[in-house]
Amino acid sequence: MLKNRIIPCLDVKNGRVVKGINFVDLKDAGDPVEQAKIYSDGGADEICFLDITASNENRDIIYDVVKDTSKKCFVPLTVGGGVRSVEDINKLLNCGADKVSINTAAVQNSEVVIDSSKKFGSQCIVVAIDAKKNKEKWEVFTHGGRNNTGIDAIEFAKKMEDSGAGELLVTSMDRDGTQIGFDIDLTSKISTKVNIPVIASGGVGNLDHLVDGIKLGKASAVLAASIFHYGKYSVKEAKEYLNSKGIPVRI
Amino acid sequence: MNVTIVDYNSGNISSVINSFKEVAKDKVNIKVTANLKNIKFSDKVVLPGQGSFKSCIDALNNINGLVDTLNEFAIDNKKPLLGICVGLQMFADVGYEETETKGLGWISGKVSKINNENGKYKLPHIGWNQINIVKDSKIYKDIENNSHMYFVHSYEFIPEDKNVISATTDYSSKIVCSIEKENIFGTQFHPEKSDKMGLRIVENFITL
Repeated sequence: MLKNRIIPCLDVKNGRVVKGINFVDLKDAGDPVEQAKIYSDGGADEICFLDITASNENRDIIYDVVKDTSKKCFVPLTVGGGVRSVEDINKLLNCGADKVSINTAAVQNSEVVIDSSKKFGSQCIVVAIDAKKNKEKWEVFTHGGRNNTGIDAIEFAKKMEDSGAGELLVTSMDRDGTQIGFDIDLTSKISTKVNIPVIASGGVGNLDHLVDGIKLGKASAVLAASIFHYGKYSVKEAKEYLNSKGIPVRI
Repeated sequence: MNVTIVDYNSGNISSVINSFKEVAKDKVNIKVTANLKNIKFSDKVVLPGQGSFKSCIDALNNINGLVDTLNEFAIDNKKPLLGICVGLQMFADVGYEETETKGLGWISGKVSKINNENGKYKLPHIGWNQINIVKDSKIYKDIENNSHMYFVHSYEFIPEDKNVISATTDYSSKIVCSIEKENIFGTQFHPEKSDKMGLRIVENFITL
């Protein structure tokens, strides 16, 4: 039986982890490679890096980070943040990323999704959708949540599937950072609309939220950052809890 | 010993290279090339493959003499070869991704889209699934039945002779997830991304 996945996400800025795991035995708490290795050894099903480097001159650092991580972590590695072109995707894949997530560029120009999925295969193209509720619908935001495009998130999800995306990473802007749980309505509406796997993101504060994301949100995978970083829960604890609630996980 | 990972522009093979280098350490020489001479004189060959069946076959055919060299290696000389993902699928006679495309024809059968039962099952089949080992295979030495492996694919290999199947996995149907026919091995899943158990498979192949 296919297992639901738990994916810890690390925000990386100028090659350093921001808000990383706060473990005492860490040699270098800001080292993304070391943190990714801790997660993969702890049973993470995948690792996700979100590059939040703002300045252009430091953008290339992420390539070295990906290169080093992929030599030490033998679970899938997804990298996103600032991916603009087919060439950016090519570079990340060549450095050892297994999947690349595309956000703003996919909204601005769906050709990037069409071309890259044709060139590299849908299996490595993840479209990240940042959505915020506005009355009865959800609207797609770009540029790290700064710009409202007004585009209907559910329609956009379908369009991305048709363009060749292999997975969708759906983040609720309303819930991100709140720790009050996923936007279940948004997740389940998108998951029901498309036939590709949906990864739920944004708002996880406890393990029941992960359960809800899968059971109610119909997500194939759940992504979380802070509950793992601050040692509130380990990936192992999360998996054992999901398992006790009847959710199939890899243990 | 020399192991060659065939680099024929089939997409992203860095993870395959990393996993083989991790396991090989200094004991085994890992080469990454499409050089025909290198392949010919290797002890073992790894044939990765990402993207579509058609794009991989086209990429193989684009390198003059590569298919002949692989045929000579695996079929005439019966040296060990491991196909991964589309690398395995290409063993078939024919594939139906994008358009009907002739495969290497090493193991009779076809590659067709996984039946998703009208959307009941998501495609691609992405994530960790358990393998049911149905026959002893050298690459499964010290691998427990029901171990988890990482999959990502929408098409499946359906061989005519079911005796070549060494493991299946349960999704919408029993999907063939590995084969062994004499010196030819293949996994639909990605051992290079399947954590410790996956690396053990890589090691089993290297130490065959």
